Amino acid sequence: MELLSGADMLIRSLQDEGIEYIYGYPGGAALHIYDALFRQDKVKHILVRHEQAAVHMADGYARATGKPGTVLVTSGPGATNTITGIATAFMDSIPMVVLCGQVASTLIGEDAFQETDMIGVSRPVVKHNLSVRHPEEIPEVIRKAYYIAATGRPGPVVVDIPKDMTTPNERYEYAYPKKVKLRSYNPAIRGHAGQIKKAVDMLLAARRPVIYAGGGVVLGKASDQLTELVRKLGYPITNTLMGIGCYPASDKQHLGWLGMHGTYEANMAMHHADLILAIGARFDDRVTNATEKFCPGARIIHVDIDPASISKTVEADVPIVGPVDAVLKEMLSLVKESKQKPDADAIAAWWKQIEEWRAFHGMRYETSDDVIKPQEVIEILHRLTNGEAFVTSDVGQHQMFAAQYYKFDKPNRWINSGGLGTMGFGLPAAMGVKLTHPDDEVLCITGEGSIQMNIQELSTCKQYNLPVKIINLNNQALGMVKQWQDMNYESRHSQSYMESLPDFIKLAESYGHKGVRIEKKAELESKLKEVLAMKDELVFVDIYVDRFEHVYPMQVARGSMKDMWLSKTERV
Amino acid sequence: MRRIISVLLENEPGALSRVVGLFSQRNYNIETLTVAPTEDETLSRLTVTTTGSDKVIEQITKQLNKLIEVVKLVDLTEGAHIERELMLIKLKATGSQRAEIKRTVDIFRGQIVDVTSSVYTVQLAGDSEKLDGFIQAVGTSGVLEVVRSGVSGIARGEKVLSL
Ligand SMILES: Cc1ncc(C[n+]2csc(CCOP(=O)(O)OP(=O)(O)O)c2C)c(N)n1
Ligand SMILES: [Mg+2]
Repeated sequence: MELLSGADMLIRSLQDEGIEYIYGYPGGAALHIYDALFRQDKVKHILVRHEQAAVHMADGYARATGKPGTVLVTSGPGATNTITGIATAFMDSIPMVVLCGQVASTLIGEDAFQETDMIGVSRPVVKHNLSVRHPEEIPEVIRKAYYIAATGRPGPVVVDIPKDMTTPNERYEYAYPKKVKLRSYNPAIRGHAGQIKKAVDMLLAARRPVIYAGGGVVLGKASDQLTELVRKLGYPITNTLMGIGCYPASDKQHLGWLGMHGTYEANMAMHHADLILAIGARFDDRVTNATEKFCPGARIIHVDIDPASISKTVEADVPIVGPVDAVLKEMLSLVKESKQKPDADAIAAWWKQIEEWRAFHGMRYETSDDVIKPQEVIEILHRLTNGEAFVTSDVGQHQMFAAQYYKFDKPNRWINSGGLGTMGFGLPAAMGVKLTHPDDEVLCITGEGSIQMNIQELSTCKQYNLPVKIINLNNQALGMVKQWQDMNYESRHSQSYMESLPDFIKLAESYGHKGVRIEKKAELESKLKEVLAMKDELVFVDIYVDRFEHVYPMQVARGSMKDMWLSKTERV
Repeated sequence: MRRIISVLLENEPGALSRVVGLFSQRNYNIETLTVAPTEDETLSRLTVTTTGSDKVIEQITKQLNKLIEVVKLVDLTEGAHIERELMLIKLKATGSQRAEIKRTVDIFRGQIVDVTSSVYTVQLAGDSEKLDGFIQAVGTSGVLEVVRSGVSGIARGEKVLSL
């Protein structure tokens, strides 16, 4: 057997795990590891400019590819800088492994230089964390970390590696384990057959059914199974912000996404449904509005890999714990076999009602002759990229506009921080996507507030030639905050105005990129075309959009699903 | 309702803090918590008493089960079970109090385990209500110090919590 140092074992383990990229930033406690990294060329390291960005990059990579991302940082500040990124991944169940240097085990507890209890600090925002207690354990710990991160309900796993675990001149036998033994961790591999049968019977008997799909369908790679089942049944489907792309948005059975800024028809259909089939969704408060008023006439079937997601906020009538792809497949074959067919008249009447809701509102906004509306920027981008781009976003109004007006027909292409709502996510996430999808269009839809939270990554983009397109919907305000202040605080705009904005064009140029400013509506489309034609350039597109625009529909706070503002003046 | 949840936990550093962290993070109550190794040195047994609606208790057990280090758990209050708590209590004991306390200790089937001219130290085991009852019976004015172990529990009959 080969003898390797702890640091070499770590890098070899990553190679054997099939890791292509790690995103990171060096420092004292990680230097043995960085040295081992230097002496090989299989695992490529991307040097970011802030550790938070390394985590979002790994996250973007994971969301686009479905494979776990990998981060490497040093102890103390390097490790604590990753926390926001880890929490972001945790809330959206994104698989990743974050390798953190730590002070030598002999110094732990002594307040040594750059010592932070990363196991303690990260505990509430990880799926699991592990510390290395002996160099020989490294291959097993790494294998475990990826296994836990990527299976069941995925999530981030932190590995804390004291410096003396990676000492160069202490060598041990290396073998990468094929399997992991974890007696206490056994994610379900299929759903309960009886429950699935019951669910299918209910589905076929429903008169006003809605299928409500979430990010779990994307994570569980079950879009095909879902699409086939939904088409077979002919029922309406809506999905969450995280589920975008799990079912083609251009299909007529798709009602758009639901919840706080969901479509009128999706929210109305949910409220009036008699049966809801929830798949890989978690009845989050941004979806349900007030739970006690949630869908009063509906019985609920809830399919999820995580039993704790079921009946957490809304009680399920038929809980099914299992991987979404396997459960959907079983449902489909039962639907096909069943002699019972959906009640055609009832379903037709239901669709008639839904079409009326659709016609009443659909997605609309007021256009203007001279001011650029943020929504139309997205619509044009959708058209110019044939709806095929990877779109990452930051957090705020621009995020909602992007999600509403870019119609995704495929999963893994809409990449945003849904659960934590992390401003600063968009650019590094786009970088993570672009790195592995060099031939695809990657757009980062952002706001002048959010982009400044990780703007330093323009430098990383230069170093690694990552020609993403940054679409800055510049409304010169923390727009979403301002909207809430308009609606709930009599327009007292406390600290929601962005003064002293930089000249983003010059800023982009100073990092060696291109910048384009768009102020006039007349030039919007032609300039966007020019931008998209610059295939090999990162272009920072600073677009001056309507400063007063609000995102609608918007559910009325503490109301039911159907209580919505449709514009500044219309409330239903 | 009050529940007793008994957990088999990997006997590893950090496992206990994950359990305790979960309770505070998700705003669940902990009334008592006991933990000790078992006959299998790779496992600890943890007993937690908590209160909450059925929905909250369901979440507590699910969230506990999600922790990688939790191997198995049971809500003892779902079936017949035995619960015990140990109390050591120091009581002021002078003059006529001494006989009175001795009698009460006997009634509660406790033991006086240490004696000075003015203090009795009493050991008492039982369910939590019995221990509360004893304190009430001797009167809080005479109590100098109380230490309780927290609840341990086990199912009645054939049922066992093991791997
Ligand atoms: C890190 C972080 N801090 C604060 C917030 C609260 N927040 C939500 S949206 C928003 C405004 C975002 O402004 P901008 O990026 O310009 O987007 P806009 O809403 O104007 O489109 C703020 C401050 C957040 N989501 N994330
Ligand atoms: Mg803004």
